[in-house]
Amino acid sequence: MNQTLHRYLRLFLVQLRTSFTLAVQYRFDFFIEGLLALLWLGITLVPLMVVFSQRSTLAGWSYPEALVVVGLFSVLKAVLDGAITPSLNHVVDGIRKGTLDFILLKPADAQFLVSTARFDPWRILDLFGSIAIVVYALRRLHHVPSVWEALAACALFSVAILLIYSLWILVVSLSFRVVKVDNLSYLFMSIFDAGRWPIHVFKGALRVLFTVVFPLALMTTYPAQALLGHLSLDHALLAGTGGLIFAGCARWIWQRSLQAYTSASS
Amino acid sequence: MKSGWSSRAYGSVRRLARAYPSMLRVGLADMVAYRAEFLVWILSMNMPLVMMALWTAVAADGPMGRFGQREFVAYYLGMLIVRILTGSWLVWELTMEIRRGTLAIRLLRPIHPLWAFSALQLAAVPMRALVISPLIVVLYWVAGATLPMHDPERLAIVFASIAGAWLLLFLVMAIIGMLAAYVESALSVFDLWLGAQAILSGFLVPLELMPAWVARVARVLPFRYILGFPVETLIGLESDAVALRELGVQWLFVAGAFVMTLLLWRKALRRFAAFGG
Repeated sequence: MNQTLHRYLRLFLVQLRTSFTLAVQYRFDFFIEGLLALLWLGITLVPLMVVFSQRSTLAGWSYPEALVVVGLFSVLKAVLDGAITPSLNHVVDGIRKGTLDFILLKPADAQFLVSTARFDPWRILDLFGSIAIVVYALRRLHHVPSVWEALAACALFSVAILLIYSLWILVVSLSFRVVKVDNLSYLFMSIFDAGRWPIHVFKGALRVLFTVVFPLALMTTYPAQALLGHLSLDHALLAGTGGLIFAGCARWIWQRSLQAYTSASS
Repeated sequence: MKSGWSSRAYGSVRRLARAYPSMLRVGLADMVAYRAEFLVWILSMNMPLVMMALWTAVAADGPMGRFGQREFVAYYLGMLIVRILTGSWLVWELTMEIRRGTLAIRLLRPIHPLWAFSALQLAAVPMRALVISPLIVVLYWVAGATLPMHDPERLAIVFASIAGAWLLLFLVMAIIGMLAAYVESALSVFDLWLGAQAILSGFLVPLELMPAWVARVARVLPFRYILGFPVETLIGLESDAVALRELGVQWLFVAGAFVMTLLLWRKALRRFAAFGG
């Protein structure tokens, strides 16, 4: 057990080194992309500023509170763009060209290998920018999270990362059947974008959709509430359990899809 | 000399007129073949719906300027309709074809590649119209009184503004796409364009609700004439006189973009030939 863990850790470091080499090689492109993401972060703050220039609260959220949600959303997006999307785009490409076979032949867990294939280290720029927003918002609220609040927020945020990763794995599983997935990833990002707003903005069907089906509420609103100390313990536990079940289902579906995969050549 | 040129131009127009219907049929077949992708593309146009949810939540406590809940719903439905009708992938197609060199195949054909690209897109219009028809019904139900359904002159302005918006976006994408012959990161340039457009076209926030100076700046830039202007005309936020004047501005931008496309196309092609060897 310990040996396997050690082996996977070494594999992980090798994969990481490859990505760093690539990132340095194409530094200009990656750097521009990181900068553009920062710019987008600024642009998407505009509606928030316009709303709060005329109102003091939005669906029960004040400006700095809503800013915490936006900040956590951007942290999650930076993680997604830096550590999840590049790898999974790589797999999708492999499925289309048939090169996924080479990965499947390797003597290690396929999901592990495809999920660590590529990283984009320049996204660290966005990560810092997003964390700055969260810190700024908390300072404006004069709120210093207690140890428990911080721990709960961290735990929920880990669940959020797990969730977003699971959703992506589901998208990739779908790509075994529907080939043109650049469209699917675009759809995924467009829905994910709604996560920058507190879930209470949405009413009726949209709220159910964003809580249960595409659980954006679990990804940004709940961690933000935990950080602000507005989340009750049973809600937090429920969110955590729900997230873990979701991830388990995703892993199961991925394995089923892999069994059904008959490479591009055959 | 001059008559030779005009007869050549006449010949190419006639050739185009003969080929274009077939090109449209090819475009339609292409769309039917990739229907799942079309569906996914439609679903990914959900941003206006999210903004609608946000703004109606805001307007629940009273209107913002001229915008109450009803106006916000109408505005973002209009935004969705205009987006779906005028959306284009030209910049991605063009940059990919330039990078891979497959544009060369199109250049061998006796018809300008941009015509071929335009046929691919226009062929999708009937299907797009089908998709937006339920949206139009909802829009009529929400904002029936302000819609220009019974006013032929007004309806003509709406159609002209949507056509202008489509053409303007298409040409801008052609211009930025051609940059791929010069730089690697033409798509990053387009990302910048999209960023500016999100703010200055009224896509995220209706321009009336932005600070006055932003709205003023937006009026002299092309972004608004791609989204905000046709939407405002569609849902009747502007008087006829203003709409007509702005239609003129929009088509001036179209003309400017057209000239730029022609100039850049010739220069970029020379560059592209060097690219392929």
